[in-house]
Amino acid sequence: MSQKNWNLEPSLESAALLKLQDQYELFIDGKWQAPLSKKYFDSINPSDESKLAKIAWANEADTDVAVKAARTAYENVWSKLSGAQRGKYLFRIARLMQEQAKELAILETLDGGKPIRESRDVDIPLACNHFFYYAGWADKLQEAFAGQQISSLGVAAQITPWNFPLLMLAWKVAPALACGNTVVLKPAETTSLTALKFAEICQQAGLPAGVVNIVTGYGDTGAALVAHTDIDKIAFTGSTAVGKQIQKACLGTSKKLTLELGGKSANIILEDAPIDQAVEGVINAIFFNQGHVCCAGSRLYVQESIAAQVLAKLKFRLQSIYVGNPLDKNTDIGAINSKKQLETIERYIKLGIAEGGQIYQPTCELPSKGYYCKPTLFTDVAQSATIAQEEIFGPVLTIQTFRTMEEVIQKANNSPYGLAAGVWTDKGSRIFGLSQQLRAGVVWANTYNKFDPASPFGGYKESGFGREGGRHGLSAYLKFSN
Amino acid sequence: MLTSFSSSDIAASIAKSPTVDQIGILERVARIQTRSFKGASKIQGLKMALSMIDLTTLEGKDTPSKVRQLCYKAQHLHDQAPGLPMVAAVCVYPTMVKEAKKALGNSGIKVASVSTAFPSGQAPFEVKKIDTLYALENGADEIDMVISRGRFLAGDYQFIYDEIAAIKELCTSARLKVIFETGELDSLDQVRKISDLAIVAGADFIKTSTGKIQPAATFPVVLTMLGSIKDHFDRTGQMIGMKPAGGISSSKLALQHLLLVKEVLGEAWLTNEWYRFGASSLANDLLMQYQKQLTGKYQSAAYFSID
Repeated sequence: MSQKNWNLEPSLESAALLKLQDQYELFIDGKWQAPLSKKYFDSINPSDESKLAKIAWANEADTDVAVKAARTAYENVWSKLSGAQRGKYLFRIARLMQEQAKELAILETLDGGKPIRESRDVDIPLACNHFFYYAGWADKLQEAFAGQQISSLGVAAQITPWNFPLLMLAWKVAPALACGNTVVLKPAETTSLTALKFAEICQQAGLPAGVVNIVTGYGDTGAALVAHTDIDKIAFTGSTAVGKQIQKACLGTSKKLTLELGGKSANIILEDAPIDQAVEGVINAIFFNQGHVCCAGSRLYVQESIAAQVLAKLKFRLQSIYVGNPLDKNTDIGAINSKKQLETIERYIKLGIAEGGQIYQPTCELPSKGYYCKPTLFTDVAQSATIAQEEIFGPVLTIQTFRTMEEVIQKANNSPYGLAAGVWTDKGSRIFGLSQQLRAGVVWANTYNKFDPASPFGGYKESGFGREGGRHGLSAYLKFSN
Repeated sequence: MLTSFSSSDIAASIAKSPTVDQIGILERVARIQTRSFKGASKIQGLKMALSMIDLTTLEGKDTPSKVRQLCYKAQHLHDQAPGLPMVAAVCVYPTMVKEAKKALGNSGIKVASVSTAFPSGQAPFEVKKIDTLYALENGADEIDMVISRGRFLAGDYQFIYDEIAAIKELCTSARLKVIFETGELDSLDQVRKISDLAIVAGADFIKTSTGKIQPAATFPVVLTMLGSIKDHFDRTGQMIGMKPAGGISSSKLALQHLLLVKEVLGEAWLTNEWYRFGASSLANDLLMQYQKQLTGKYQSAAYFSID
């Protein structure tokens, strides 16, 4: 008995709920202020290349106004509140975010291209949880650091990336406010909208003016913010290249710095692993958020004895991955965040082929408009190949085999990065053995890309320094006097 | 014996069964459960699910009259809605096979008979053989046997292998479904082991449960069994059928199960030759959803016949 194929129809989340403005100003001192630069830029929907809104482009003078507002709010209001009072505002923000979760999820998907399933089930709930988590710490800081003299730092400049816009905002703003600091935040230029929506939420929460300021713009805006002399703390998540520039700019100043940078994380499957679940885990590790994840498991190492089977299963599974409109509830892989990033990924794919790698992509159809990239596997990749060494930040997985534990540990650690790693095995002893020897900030065992506000996150080597999340995340926003 | 396996072969086969990670299985299931079914693809899925039902009555109080009613329903699910398929099979006790066979005539609907001292399987092997032969002699097209769960849990895999292989030998033209009663097994690792063992012993279909024990056809169990079928297919090119039974009573669950099959095994399994739902109340929910898709309105359950 034969029949025609059974394929799911699109199931689109409605964006009609959103009330987008045509133009967004800077959020400074609790008010929407037109930029002194008088300049604006367009925010583009990467799934169909349509224009979403015009957004203010802050210059040096604008960042100066924002920093002054943050300083005034710090001196006059925020540093004078008790921890319990700060916590009250944070709880209020968390609840308002939860109430507007659907709106935030749709906005994140429209602006950044990530599947609605992920913004709805991962980004937004986790962002809310970070506020709830740090709201709880606000009046318990002394208990967190018993026996130590602690105080807030002052004004924090925070620069967030485009891959998890609201979540990275939450990672930075929540601990900063809980510890008694005020902030000036610059979101990535391609994904400013949820930060601007967050500004509205701060207003709804009655947060005192100037405690949170949001200046939108490109890299020059971020550079002006970093260079400002009245900043006490800089927190940056983004590329290693920009991270190095920021670190240079901070030399000779007393600015406290945390950097969460790139990665080329190893995902290791041992021959005794639960293979089907490992294959699924590898898929999630590299294709989550189109591979725009700093800790993406982008280097796969499979033990030789099971390599053929794992590869066959990966290829088969890729055929049932849905690539397309991010607003479709069935989409697994959405749009690449920007044209620029798509070009970068395509350049790496060409390079991978030129370097002798065997490419595999499923036969799925991509939408004709918008920035899309098929999930891509590369086999026959050398450890020395560029695509195995450099961060691609897209849905591209390199696959290598190994024979012994010693070999895979060496190869996994053979990278300038050290953000995350994954280990797939049925043996507890191997999990502990490997996680002690892998030089990575996070090692996941038989799972990948699991995040929780209570768990610290951060890297080794060129993946950055400082930890965000958990109790560790508080110390980045506190001064320790003795 | 159709296939002859030494006990060391069987031990080797079981030893090759990969381990199953429960957390990973749950994550995969959660992904399937976020899928959304709309429009024509939903209608196609509902009809497909209807065509895969083994319409079942397995009660001590079953009578020929009840079975005749069920057989009529199997052929006329809801005559008010044109274009509906018939179910795949009617599933009854061996004593009802003759009646069912007569009532279904040449409709094309199969008669499946449970056997081997269903549901517990606690009977001497000779009795199980007679049970099966009786069903076959009365015309059963398919045999749904139960395994001896106690012997499996005791680690007597040779016994289980021999039991399945012996029943398979009796089923010269009938297809054999092997019921594991996964609600009585300890872990997904055990589910994987019994799946691998039953397939090498000659099962045409592997089936989760009798419907008499809860939990029955849960997603993690079904996904684990599908993994075994897939690996067997990749190794040998031979297709094995899957039958979840018990606990799938809503259309949404049924559609999610079908999508799981499509994603794990492929389109080829999406026919009633390779996939069945063992169910009694599922049919009416599928019919109600089908009507809703056509008319835009939910009808009361009173408009759908219970038998």
